[in-house]
Amino acid sequence: MSILVLAEHHDGVLADATAHVVAAAQQIGGEIDVLVAGENVAAIAEAAARPDGVSRVRVADNAAYAHLLAEPTAALLAELAGDYSHVLAAASTTGKNVLPRLAALQDVSQLSEIIAVESADTFKRPIYAGNAIATVQSEDALKVITVRATAFDAVGEGGSASVEAVDFVADNAQSRFVEEQLAESDRPELGSAKVVISGGRGMGSGENFQLLEGIADKLGAAIGASRAAVDAGFVPNDMQVGQTGKIVAPDLYLAVGISGAIQHLAGMKDSKVIVAINKDEEAPIFQVADYGLVADLFEVLPELEQKL
Amino acid sequence: MKILVAVKRVIDYNVKIRVKPDHSDVDLTNVKMAMNPFCEIAVEEAVRLKEKGVASEVVAVTVGPKAAQEQLRTALALGADRAIHVETEERVESLAAAKALAKVVESEQPGLTILGKQAIDSDNNQVGQMLAALTGLPQGTFASEVVIENDKAQVTREIDGGLQTVELTLPAIVTTDLRLNEPRYAKLPDIMKAKKKPLAVTTPAELGVEIQSRVTLLKVESPAERQGGIKVGSVDELVEKLKNEAKVIA
Repeated sequence: MSILVLAEHHDGVLADATAHVVAAAQQIGGEIDVLVAGENVAAIAEAAARPDGVSRVRVADNAAYAHLLAEPTAALLAELAGDYSHVLAAASTTGKNVLPRLAALQDVSQLSEIIAVESADTFKRPIYAGNAIATVQSEDALKVITVRATAFDAVGEGGSASVEAVDFVADNAQSRFVEEQLAESDRPELGSAKVVISGGRGMGSGENFQLLEGIADKLGAAIGASRAAVDAGFVPNDMQVGQTGKIVAPDLYLAVGISGAIQHLAGMKDSKVIVAINKDEEAPIFQVADYGLVADLFEVLPELEQKL
Repeated sequence: MKILVAVKRVIDYNVKIRVKPDHSDVDLTNVKMAMNPFCEIAVEEAVRLKEKGVASEVVAVTVGPKAAQEQLRTALALGADRAIHVETEERVESLAAAKALAKVVESEQPGLTILGKQAIDSDNNQVGQMLAALTGLPQGTFASEVVIENDKAQVTREIDGGLQTVELTLPAIVTTDLRLNEPRYAKLPDIMKAKKKPLAVTTPAELGVEIQSRVTLLKVESPAERQGGIKVGSVDELVEKLKNEAKVIA
């Protein structure tokens, strides 16, 4: 068996998620290759050679793969897929965009967002917003799989895989990158932060999210939000935690002014320790919180910042 | 330009689901069903494009059981002109659904096909991408804005870290994210009118598509329950517990 992992990278940096996907690949077993596709990705290829367990890095460095648009990237993966029994990517917006397209090109099913490897053909994945866990077995010759990064511990970095160029260039006349508007943040990435503090509709306004910033700075935390806070326009949507936003599983998750709708819980209920601060003691968030504080967040947050 | 919009009948998003005692699947008997929320957004976008004069006709399509005609009628009440039902009582995987939809795209030749980004039952997020691959068309997934101009679609996509805009040549496939629009409610007179709109029924066999499963569902379980926590009385107590009991802060 041999496994191809599509490397995730942003702004010239290999994303943490890649080492988590390699961990899932190790559990499947077999030779592990990592594909780095993009434009000017030599440094990323070097970084992709370091995670433990990687035997070979294949590099497709070409303008055709800039921004990893779905059409050329899926065509590239389809070109390489014949060498592999499994193709894996993180269940990020990139992986979700590209892998189903690859699967259909190869006439195989795709398994989305696996959280456990039972064997080389059997996997666990959440369905119904994480309210049920399905065990599924694929009989396809090629298994195309996206991996929930937070469900697998990242592998270490002691490897020194060989790096080889891939010459195939996909032609793409159908889609063109126009622009990207990325939210700027000095804080850790939401998906991989050890501590996350999230605000909900109870925050009342976008300005009030500043109350979370001092606490986030002290804890080295990323700041998240519920869908209600995003829909109310308090914060941009890439901060959303939930079924339709990001799935997080930090050591500590602080939910502030969040009621705890099913949609939100789907994105954070695998956190190790959950703290809820809410003035409504009947809020469903208290049913999953390890520590609950029934109080007005406007009184509690400044006090918490001061005492940390 | 014709717009094709795919909808799916799923469990209502407010329902707390139950796993069957024999762990074979989720129990859907006597459970409220509805149109998948992302599909509602897809229908809304198609209808808005028609209202702007960009689209000339909106065709709603579903692949699923007889009961799914309810959701097609909902789409018609919201402004779709006619509907196509690919009827099957079998469990339809994403790839099979995409193959059936590809046949409909082939015969209807829409300029744009809009789907939801994922169904809230299987949480797969696959069909739109697979349909794009099978029809050889470009894809604009997780769309939060769609602008049609000069035979091109400018699609703003919600990606990790922000927004990305891509330009696609038409015809194209677009999948909707939550912030694309706010779907309207069907009005009673429109619901009455929708009953008279055309609804064609076909089958996967008539389309020449096999509904075969290559993924076997071995078991469905409830997730591990979290242990009930405690309520603390003050910020001091909270900080003390996090430091000394949970040991998650230094």
